[in-house]
Amino acid sequence: MDEPRVDELTGRPTMGHEFDGIEELNTPMPRWWLWTFYLTIIWGVGYTIAYPAWPMVSSATAGLLGYSTRAEVSADIADHNLSNAALVEQLNAVDLAAFDPQSDLHRYAVARGASVFRAQCSQCHGSGAAGAVGYPNLLDNDWLWGGDLENVAHSVRHGIRNETDTDARYSEMPAFGDILEPEEIEALVKFVPTLAEADWDSAGGVLFADNCAACHGDLGLGDRSQGAPNLADAIWLYGGDSESLTQTIAKARFGVMPAWGQRLSEEDVRAVSTYVHSLGGGE
Amino acid sequence: MAPQTDGLYAAREPIFPKRVYGTFRNLKWAIMAVTLGIYYLVPWLRWDRGPNLPDQAVLIDLANRRFYFLWIEIWPHEFYFVAGLLIMAGLGLFLFTSALGRVWCGYTCPQTVWTDLFILVERWIEGDRNARIRLHRAKWSPRKAALRALKWIVWTLIGVATGGAWVFYFADAPTLANQFLTLTAPAVAWITVAILTATTVILGGFMREQVCIYMCPWPRIQGAMMDDSTLTVAYRDWRGEPRGKARDATAGDCVDCNACVAVCPMGIDIRDGQQMECITCALCIDACDDIMGKLGRERGLIDYLALSDAPMEQAGEKPRPLWAHVLRPRTVLYSIIWASFGVAMMYALFIRPEIEMTVAPVRNPTFVTLSDGSIRNAYEIRLRNKHGEPRQFGVHVSGDLALRLDLEGTPYDSIAVAPDATHKIRVYVTIPRHSPLAEANETPIRFWIEDLGNGERASVNSIFNGRGDQ
Repeated sequence: MDEPRVDELTGRPTMGHEFDGIEELNTPMPRWWLWTFYLTIIWGVGYTIAYPAWPMVSSATAGLLGYSTRAEVSADIADHNLSNAALVEQLNAVDLAAFDPQSDLHRYAVARGASVFRAQCSQCHGSGAAGAVGYPNLLDNDWLWGGDLENVAHSVRHGIRNETDTDARYSEMPAFGDILEPEEIEALVKFVPTLAEADWDSAGGVLFADNCAACHGDLGLGDRSQGAPNLADAIWLYGGDSESLTQTIAKARFGVMPAWGQRLSEEDVRAVSTYVHSLGGGE
Repeated sequence: MAPQTDGLYAAREPIFPKRVYGTFRNLKWAIMAVTLGIYYLVPWLRWDRGPNLPDQAVLIDLANRRFYFLWIEIWPHEFYFVAGLLIMAGLGLFLFTSALGRVWCGYTCPQTVWTDLFILVERWIEGDRNARIRLHRAKWSPRKAALRALKWIVWTLIGVATGGAWVFYFADAPTLANQFLTLTAPAVAWITVAILTATTVILGGFMREQVCIYMCPWPRIQGAMMDDSTLTVAYRDWRGEPRGKARDATAGDCVDCNACVAVCPMGIDIRDGQQMECITCALCIDACDDIMGKLGRERGLIDYLALSDAPMEQAGEKPRPLWAHVLRPRTVLYSIIWASFGVAMMYALFIRPEIEMTVAPVRNPTFVTLSDGSIRNAYEIRLRNKHGEPRQFGVHVSGDLALRLDLEGTPYDSIAVAPDATHKIRVYVTIPRHSPLAEANETPIRFWIEDLGNGERASVNSIFNGRGDQ
């Protein structure tokens, strides 16, 4: 290392090192810059004292300010509930049969219901409410128990085939494997998909009139009062192929749904029903 | 000077700029008056936009996500206008720097303007350069304490006014001013004013040139914008050197009076040549011209000068005119790029429709089979009404005659949109079971909206998803 010297051109001292004839002038940093550095250290120490910071075995130091993100979220939720209290009250009072879809309250119900749906319903009915085999598609216009808002709300509140709720909806299709011969079931399986242009004199037609029409209707259009599906439309909850239909007729199908009235608040039941009703299939 | 290798850090050398008179000082006073006037007064300008919209001419309405500038209203999705303005500001800085050096720093930078204002206050209270130096060196006394206190109080008042004006851009100024007076303003307003008061006083009163030298990134970038033809403040050393007494016939024009150093707000000696600290405020030109005038010598010993001018002048050639410095391929190119951005934005602004629509197809699921076998797609449409009054929007779809459009929650094919609002609506497009669109994978379709009030229309292309079993 060379000795520091005074640069002739600028009259300022050099740092004393040199590479290929290039030397560095000694240009000290401003003192205040050092203070800001110390300040950040003091701030950092203060921060760990004031706020939760130091990890312990199963928790962390709480900090002198008592700040907690959890408490902050709780406070935010409480604030939110408070500011929505009036809307919730209106929602619980509104007549579902005459709920104006253009009202602000309806928009609130749909928005609230969407988040309830994602949390509680999407596991079976899908995040887009398109359902799956055995889990009804809530977007179409085919409803087992009726697609107006009151009926949707009834299904949500009391559930399907749910012994914990006396108002739960039950559909009671017998397992025809115990009643009919295998060839008779085969004839029905051939007949049912042709219901739209049915040949009522065929073996299947006669069997349908004798065994199925009591619930599914003379024309197979279904009966919502007992949850009997329309068999003449394009929608098959459990599949419309021969194998699925054989299974359905022989063993019957028993879909279940919890009674959400027991788990959700009244406003959430109403909100999620309104949301489902607003997805395009509502009647 | 002995080499100093022990000190890694140096204390700030206080600077006491002297009062100066002259062309550039007057220009700086004028620019200070105009820029501060704009800053403090603009929030109070009113602009009538009708009953449903704010009547403040310039307003950044964060709560409602709107930016109002006179007759222009920017929505969040039009933020590219703001980005474009920032790009133009950047290019404008390139342009001015390549032509005139750090002219932004010297005349219009807020740091310069407020520091200038703070120095003015300092001079009114504590006196000019020599008085201030004496006061600085004096021991603490009641007089010194009183002068210092008075100065800091006035600085703080300016800081409060600065922070106060800032928040007026974000809320209705008269309402907020009233809230301040009645102590009912929101906490965020008080905190913002407090922070900006502190930064104004600290940066303008105490940090001053330290901000330009150590904190600001622009001077570094600006160095890359300048070239040999850029006009900067420079000393004609071939005319001034060697320095000497006025009556010394062998000496140059510089009488070493130090006037240029005394007035410099950056505390440098411009006769050492162009240097990092110089903000080209040109006050040394005024100071030197004043001295040269008194001596009966030609002005311009210190002057706006380009690096390439020096050898030409020394060789006795005719100096290049001002326009030749300013009008160069480089500056012309910057101007063209700058202007194209401006023209493009003006064009975008004027063809901007008053009604707008965005269409988001619902992809979960892509389609729904209805009980009669027909195929239905759902779309979330956002309708924007930029008018100050409610409008009825008709919604239609084109692409195939068999397409049917339904709006959620209404049997009609039109919907009311509130003034200055976006309305989100779910719509359904249905096609019969056996139509080609139902059997295809994807078919392009087009949504139309029509303002039923004035017939203005807008359209957006989208896709219809079929079963895909063709």
